Order: sequence, then structure tokens, then C-alpha cells
Amino acid sequence: MSMNSTMTNTPRLRVDGLTKSFSTVRVLHGVSFEIGAGEVLGIVGENGSGKSTTMNIIAGVLAPDEGAMALDGHKFAPADRRAAEKAGIAFIQQELTIFPNLSVEENLLLGRAPRVSGALPFIYRKQRRRQAMEFMQAVGLDVNTGTPASRLSPGERQLLEIARGLSIDARVMILDEPTTSLTSKETERLFALTRRLKASGIAILYVSHVLNDVLQLSDKLLVMRDGRVTFHGPRADMSPERLIVAMVGRSIDALFPPSRGTVSKREETPVLELRGVSEPGIVEGINLKVTVSEIVGIFGLMGSGRSELARIVFGLDPHRQGQIRVNGASLISGDLSARLRSGMAFLTEDRRHEGLMMDASASENMSLAALRSFSSSIYGRLQTARLKPALKAMAGQLRLKCDNIEIAPVRSLSGGNQQKVVIGRWLLCQPKLLILDEPTRGVDVGAREEIYAMLAKLVAQGKSILVISSEIEELIGLCDRIVVMHRGCIVSEFSRMEFDQKTILSAAFGRAKAV
Amino acid sequence: MKTESIVQILNRVLRWSPLLFLCVVAIVFTILTRRFFTISNIQAIFVQSSWLALVALGMNFVLLTAGVDLSVGAIMYLAAVTVSLAVPTAPVWVVVLVAMLVGAVFGSANGLFIVRLGIPPFIATLATAFIGRGLGLFFSAAQALDAGARLAAVGRGSWLGIPVVIWFAAAGLLVSLTLMRALEFGSFVQAIGADHEGARRAGVPITRVTWSVYVLAGAFAGIGGLISLAQTASVSPAFGLNAEFLAISAAVLGGTSLFGGRGNVWGPIVGVVLITTVQDGMALINANPYAYPVTTGIVIFIAVALDSLRSSLTARVERKRIRALEPASA
Repeated sequence: MSMNSTMTNTPRLRVDGLTKSFSTVRVLHGVSFEIGAGEVLGIVGENGSGKSTTMNIIAGVLAPDEGAMALDGHKFAPADRRAAEKAGIAFIQQELTIFPNLSVEENLLLGRAPRVSGALPFIYRKQRRRQAMEFMQAVGLDVNTGTPASRLSPGERQLLEIARGLSIDARVMILDEPTTSLTSKETERLFALTRRLKASGIAILYVSHVLNDVLQLSDKLLVMRDGRVTFHGPRADMSPERLIVAMVGRSIDALFPPSRGTVSKREETPVLELRGVSEPGIVEGINLKVTVSEIVGIFGLMGSGRSELARIVFGLDPHRQGQIRVNGASLISGDLSARLRSGMAFLTEDRRHEGLMMDASASENMSLAALRSFSSSIYGRLQTARLKPALKAMAGQLRLKCDNIEIAPVRSLSGGNQQKVVIGRWLLCQPKLLILDEPTRGVDVGAREEIYAMLAKLVAQGKSILVISSEIEELIGLCDRIVVMHRGCIVSEFSRMEFDQKTILSAAFGRAKAV
Repeated sequence: MKTESIVQILNRVLRWSPLLFLCVVAIVFTILTRRFFTISNIQAIFVQSSWLALVALGMNFVLLTAGVDLSVGAIMYLAAVTVSLAVPTAPVWVVVLVAMLVGAVFGSANGLFIVRLGIPPFIATLATAFIGRGLGLFFSAAQALDAGARLAAVGRGSWLGIPVVIWFAAAGLLVSLTLMRALEFGSFVQAIGADHEGARRAGVPITRVTWSVYVLAGAFAGIGGLISLAQTASVSPAFGLNAEFLAISAAVLGGTSLFGGRGNVWGPIVGVVLITTVQDGMALINANPYAYPVTTGIVIFIAVALDSLRSSLTARVERKRIRALEPASA
């Protein structure tokens, strides 16, 4: 590649004033930056800061509402991902797009296999193997080209994906959280590779939550917050401390219910207790207690294991070691019905697919988990006369905005009202412990406030809540205690007095607790 | 760490389970009757397998894309009725071409419903199965029709000492192997079945490939119907009934996943031979005829249980990880 000869002042990629809205929520407010050939631009920001949306726009997955891009000085507006790839954008995502049932070389050159001759569609296997080997050597992937991709380790899959990026002759390579599932050794190899790619003239957009890595690798930095760029400049101008300020630096608005005042004295037996809960590859040595009338928050970045832990606690996924106790009684790994009997309830983060029957009514959705308690004891016949008023009362209590809770499908409700339906379902079961995973995702501000108030009321009634959120302000406003997860472990714990956005965030980024 | 590798080994052994299963069944019948392990009986098994092998090979493409084709039995019937009525005395190559065309046209209609109208394959082909059988009944006036003498000769004939019907199945196998291994089509089919959305992003021509697999399934079923017709020498209204379920069973027995993306070309052949062997063996030991379907059912059940075991093991091996599985480093 003769990249050096084309080195001029024209940036490799220039992004100018991108905006993007999803339904009514604006997620990007004019994002602009540029990156030159052979540069590494480190991109950091909290969850929801707009990094992913920006990367998706560059890779052609999403189209911007406004704004323009230029690749080597030429207008660049990819119609789809394929078009962006053709233009030389390689997008290496966190969720890799490797087909486990295809071989390494098939994956590497899918749709671009060399042919025996122009006229015949037969694959020229020897040539394909040779080409694949070339790219595999370039990234240091040392496996047989015929190996099924399912046998590769996460690190090797990553290398394969990068090799595929090279095979499309990438000019810009986006690495989105590339180290999440890598061992430290694999991470080292990836860094060495990144430097080699950079030396060959590829512009690299390196998105990561691991600040040390970003600082170590980058020539320039881009910090995003709330869909805006808060810093764009040389890495030398940034210290880790300033980086975090640029990421956070936002005041908590009056969204949250007033602090619930003095926390009452806790009873001795915790409602929920985890002792050394581990599952290989997922979580490691989790110790956690939730007592009566307490709201405990779990904060962590994407891929920290927060949602996976919630699923293990509720028995949706197994765990290999450690104990989960509810009111002192030990629960078997994966035994969901025992958890339901003991008064546990779980709000999934994926409301659309796991939480609701979208075409059923609010009534049908809400009654689902409590049907047994509304059935006659002998035949199990549903006692509609008891159920209906209970549902109506619940809808009132939740302040559910719905024309007819028995007819209108929940699909037609707003995100906030859908979430209320899910909450209502569990409240009908009279739970003692609620596990909420991202309870306000996709919920508008007004409804959020109502949900927060409702949660505060529930704990006042003696219920306990374990809430998982990627929004730090939400947890600070809501919780008595916050534990922070990083790479499947609980790395620190903060009581209400110690809440500090910066410190909590630092912990989540895997930096030592600096309290 | 160690348990993971045991899971992987078990997973690899299960890949060969269809063939092992076939060997076990063959050994059991060899022990039960001396008439089983003879050259003539083994040739008979292959002869009886050939029509289903063709249908199952076609079905295999569809299953690999995570689709299904419930209309292949109806296609067999329609193709058999068409050749019996339209070209009863034509040369064999014309008859083969007509049967294949009837199947391909029918299959392309299936494919259009699925890729253009977005109807789920199960529903689309369920509907066309009724349409196809209905058309066949209409054309034949629900009468049994005789195959021409020339065609009947094909059913009994040999070439180079090997029955002609086996040559047909072998040709089908060769076409399948070529499509799946020598062309990128095979990778595309596997990719679509493994991850539809991912395949779209990777630039796989999904519409064209998906449509093609139904055309192939139709064409293979058309020829399968023709072979069956040549062997039985007549086509009754029940011709090809439930063939789709036998074909799906054979593919699954051979290790093709009903959820797409997993399976190879040889698998359905093993599955078909297994099904035929069970039926052949049952006949040789003079079992109660009513026990045949029960036994076939049990064989399918065991195969599907093995398949789901393998799926769950695969899922375990490929599970998403947050932490690397390395000795905990402080």
C-alpha cells in the first residue's frame, strides 16, 4: 500500500454535524470529527452517549437525519452496510458477525470467493486458501483455514473479523469494544495488531470502555456525552481525570423522588443474599445482600455482567458455584418456580421480546403471573369476577394511560405504559423482592417519574428492590446502596453517603476505587 | 476448563451419531436374521431408498436455510400424474425433464410466496401442498393411473450392473455435493440458516438463495416422484402421501438441524438408508406390519432427541462470555 504518497491534509474520514433521532428522542446533536490516515482515534463516552449510533452511521447501518461525511475528500453516504464496506469501512462489532458453521476461510471471503474462471461459478479452493492465509497471517491468526469458526476462541474470532476487514481493503476500521471477551494475552496481541494496521495507513476508530487501553493506543481522542462531542483533540491534552469529567459532568435533574429520608434500621436476615456466586465465563465470586425495604442498585457498563447476574439470581440461567438465599432459604440454581413461590419477581430489560405479549391486552398481560391466585382451588377455573376488579384497581394504581385495558393491545401503548403493565403484572403477585433490569429503558420522562415514585412507595411498604441500570443518575436518585460490576465481578460498593457520579463511573471502568 | 472439553468431545462424537446409529441397527438385524446381511438385500435397501433419497436431498437445502417444505409429497404426486397423462410413451429423458420441470415450477411458486410475500415457509408450503394434491386429483379424476411400459422398464432396469434408480439417486447426490461444496451457494445456504440477519449484513443474496432452495426441493421431489412411479408402475391418489415427513425425518436423522445452518449432504442419505433398513429388517424378521410405523416413529424420536442434545451442547460451547475463561488473574 502506498498510503504515504497520498498523505495530504485531506482527512481519511470527516464527519460533519450528524444528527439522529429515534421516534421522538434525539440521540445525536450535531456530531463532528475527523481522523487522518494511519491515526487511531479513541472514542469514549457513557452508555447512551451516542457512540454506537455514530459508528452505525459510519458503517452504513443507520442513516443520519442531517449531516454529511467525506471519505478521503469524497462525499460518503453509504446506502447500507454493504455499500460502506465497498467504500472501505470495516466495522468490527462487539457482537461479531462470524458464522460458526462455516470454516475460517469461508467466513473470511464469504461472497467474494475466487473462482476457477470468469465463466464458471466454481470456487477456486487453492486460491481461496492462499488468500485467506495471507490475511490470517497479517493479523496473526494461526489456525487451519478449514477449521469451523465455532472452534475458535473469542480472541481468534476477533482476529478473523479483523482479517475480514483487511480483505475488503479497509481504509477505516471501527473496533467497537474489541477487548470485552479477550484474555489479557489476546488483548496484547490485539494492541500489537492495531499498531501494525495503523502503520499500514488504516484509520482506526477505537471505541472502548477501558480508558487505559484507549489512552495507551490513541493519537487523538473523542469524548461524547448525551449525543454531543465534549472533547475532540490530541491524546496528549488529556489526563484520565479530565477524561472522566468530560464524560460525566452533568447535573442530576429533579427527576427523582425526594430522598426517602433516614434509612430505617435493617433487620438481620437479608431478603436476598448471594454468597460467592460464580459461573465460568460470566460472573465470578458475587457476594450481595438486599435487606427489607432496601433498594440496591447494580451499576455496570455494557458487558459487565449486570444483566447476566440478574438472570442467574432469578434462575433463568444456571450458576455453578455459590449460594443464592431468599429469606434465609437456599435456592437451587435455575429453579424458577421456587423463586416465584418465594416472592421474587423479575422485570426483563428486553420488554418487547421477553416481557410482554405485544398483541395481547394490558389485562391479559398483567394477569399472567397471578392467574393461580385468581383461580378456584378445586378446578383451577379462572375467577373473572375477582380478577377484573383487581386488574382495574392495578391500572388505576399504576396510572396506566390506556383506553381499554381489556381490548387495546399493549403494542399500541407508549413505552412507559408498556413498562407499567409489566410492573403491574408482578405487583399482582404481591412480590417481596423485585429485580428490575433497566426499568426505564425507552420510557419517557413523565412516566419515569411515576415509576420512580411507585418504586419508592413499594419499599415503604416493606418490599425490597434490586435494580440494574446503565444510567448512573437513576441509581443515585433511587438507591440506598450501589454495587459496581466490572468484567463479571463486583468491584466496589457505595452507600448513599458515598454516592459520587465520578467515583462510581471510575469503578465501572475498572479503575481502582479512589474513595 | 476440563468439563468444557468433555462437552466438545461429546459434541464431536454426536456428529457421527447418525452413521453409528445405522451400524447399530444393521448389526441388530444381522444378528436377528441371516437373510439381512446379503448382497441382494443390501442392494434392495438402496433401490428402495433411492426415491426418498432424492426428495430428502432437496428437502435438505430448505432445512439448512431454516425453512421447511411440506409440499414435496404433493409435488411427487403432481409430477407422477403429469408424466402419466401427458407423456406416457415419450423417451425417458423427456419424461425426466417434464417431471423435473413440474417440480421446479411448483417449487419456484413456493419460493415466491416465501421471499416475495413473506409468508412463513411452514404455512406457505402447507397451503401449496393442498393445492398440489388437489390439482393432481383433478387431472387424474382421482383415478389410479398406470405408468408407461418404458418407464416401468426404468424402474427395473440396470446399467453397468447397478439398478438405474440408484444412478438417479447418485446423480442427485452429485448435484447436491457440487452445489454445497464447489459453489459459494453452499456457504450462502449455511450462512442464511445460521444467522439470517448476519447473512444479510454480510451481503449474502438472501432472496435469490432462499428462492433457489425451494426450486431445488421441488425439482428433486419431481424426480423422486418419477422414480417412485417407475418402481410402483402406477400412481394412486395416495401416491407420495406423507413423503414430506419421511424426507424431513431422514434429513434430521442424518444430522440436519430443523433450526437451520447445520447439516451436510451425506446426512440425509444416511437417514434415508436408516429408515429403509428398519423397514426392510422388520419385513425380514416377519414382524407384524403394524409395528413398522411404530418402529420408524421410535427411530425418528431417538434421532430427534440426539439432535436436540447436540443443539444444547453446541449452544453451551458457543455461549456468549463476559469474562475470558482463564485462570483468575488478580
